[in-house]
Amino acid sequence: MSVSQRADSVTQPAPASWTPYLQDLKDVLVQKVLPPLLILALLGGIWEILCSSPGAALPPPSQVLRDTWDLIINPFYDYGGNDKGMGWQILASLERVAYGYSLAVIAGISLGVLVGQSTWALRGLDPVFQVLRTVPPLAWLPISLAGFQDSTPSAIFVIFITAIWPIIINTSVGVRNIPEDYRNVARVLRLNGYEYFIRIMLPAAAPYIFSGLRIGVGLSWLAIVAAEMLIGGVGIGFFIWDAWNASMISDIILALIYVGIVGFILDRMVAYVGNRVTRGTSKG
Amino acid sequence: MTARYLSIEQVDMTFSRAGVDSQVLKNINLNVERGEYIAIIGHSGCGKSTLLNIVAGLINATSGAVILDGKEVNDPGPDRSVVFQNHSLLPWLTVYENVALAVNKTFARTRSKAERHAWILKNLEMVGMSAALHKRPDEISGGMKQRVGIARALAMEPKVLLLDEPFGALDALTRAHLQEEVMRIQEELHNTIIMITHDVDEAVLLSDRIVMLTNGPSAKVGEILDIDLPRPRNRITLADDPRYNHYRQEVLRFLYEKQRKVEDLAERRRKEQSAAALEKERA
Ligand SMILES: Nc1ncnc2c1ncn2[C@@H]1O[C@H](COP(=O)(O)OP(=O)(O)OP(=O)(O)O)[C@@H](O)[C@H]1O
Ligand SMILES: [Mg+2]
Repeated sequence: MSVSQRADSVTQPAPASWTPYLQDLKDVLVQKVLPPLLILALLGGIWEILCSSPGAALPPPSQVLRDTWDLIINPFYDYGGNDKGMGWQILASLERVAYGYSLAVIAGISLGVLVGQSTWALRGLDPVFQVLRTVPPLAWLPISLAGFQDSTPSAIFVIFITAIWPIIINTSVGVRNIPEDYRNVARVLRLNGYEYFIRIMLPAAAPYIFSGLRIGVGLSWLAIVAAEMLIGGVGIGFFIWDAWNASMISDIILALIYVGIVGFILDRMVAYVGNRVTRGTSKG
Repeated sequence: MTARYLSIEQVDMTFSRAGVDSQVLKNINLNVERGEYIAIIGHSGCGKSTLLNIVAGLINATSGAVILDGKEVNDPGPDRSVVFQNHSLLPWLTVYENVALAVNKTFARTRSKAERHAWILKNLEMVGMSAALHKRPDEISGGMKQRVGIARALAMEPKVLLLDEPFGALDALTRAHLQEEVMRIQEELHNTIIMITHDVDEAVLLSDRIVMLTNGPSAKVGEILDIDLPRPRNRITLADDPRYNHYRQEVLRFLYEKQRKVEDLAERRRKEQSAAALEKERA
């Protein structure tokens, strides 16, 4: 938007100043929304054709839509127990992710700063981290079930332990890469530890930290679905498992679509926050 | 020994890396008066930045001492602000915020918020950056960044201003322009300045004394040249001034006659290598 257009909106009647916004909206629709919709329609069509024969193992999209229509239009019903709408299921999963991921962010950035700042912490901790991070998320589940004796903290722990490694590693790389010049500026100004952390370290390492956070949120969402399949209760993961046991393939397909969309939104949210925060940071 | 404003006394600097010691500076002595403009000149890699960083307190000398206004320098501080070789503005802060960080920290207790704000604006105005207060460093040119760096350093009201090749990365026109600006500011504020430079004209034009370092390793103060030219100085009228040209020649003679040995060696080595390469090709 140029300045002149903004000035227009003050002096001219509203409809005239809306035209450029409408134009923008149209551009977005044509360039960003239309192509994926076309591809989606194409893939849906192929799927429909492939699965329309009577002996097909999977239902075609039209069938899925018919089977799950009740679920789609009633996302927030609650008949007690596990029998809740898809909205509740997803919110339950998101809540676990929120706890586990928040803990991972706090612990991951702290440990990353420690490892990035101190050569001794690097020497001692880095090899441990490098080994632990290769352990698949679900392999932690039995141990945490044994430790916590309860399914909810176990699921949260699995999220935590999945998301923390990329956060630690990226943060420590970011902190280690803070240019000597910035440190010298801080030293000449006599910034204290807290001021250095807030004014120099966090902004300088922010691009690295956010790439770790973004990987972390993606991994958490991957892990929660798998973990919930095993621990049961309300949650999108167990919903899928339950539907499989009841042979409700259409429900599974709907759940997968929701999982994908929510994962996409989570990724975009972290990326958006990252872009806002690191504006201008990566470039000198 | 007379009491000077800034004195560098018997400073030695030896870096040891992987068990190998390399002496960079040997027995550096220098006394600087209050309000004096000192230029340090010497071939690349001889240890100029190292010396400046010792005065700044960013690195500690292996032996010897730096004494400023009666106190020994052991760590960095706002009384010795530095304009670094490559501007080193914080890219996530605007021009205003970069200077504000320094001003707010340095004068947190001694000045009110409004006073600090006015002081930030005044310093940015002094270097002609009032129009770009809210731009980020990546949105302004190299010369502008260097101006902001100078404003940031000046705004801290240091006892000594340390400039490490402040105009080294700039084109000739911008460089001349900023030199004029620094002369004007110096005329007004009478700061004590130590400036590193590669540029003979810059050294003669700006400084009261030129300190010439010998080639490393183990660089020493080779000669000190007093520049006795009246201020304000004008580069165009000075170009015809015999004293100006005499000073220039003194520095050039030091750099290219007395201190050329190392370059000759490098030159000879290069020739030997290309000769060897030629022979290899023939074989
Ligand atoms: N931290 C360090 N550890 C080991 N050697 C160093 C260190 N800093 C500088 N040196 C060495 O000291 C010598 C002088 O370096 P310095 O940066 O002071 O040179 P300079 O005169 O500023 O050069 P230039 O004009 O190119 O900036 C160089 O040989 C360099 O390799
Ligand atoms: Mg240097």
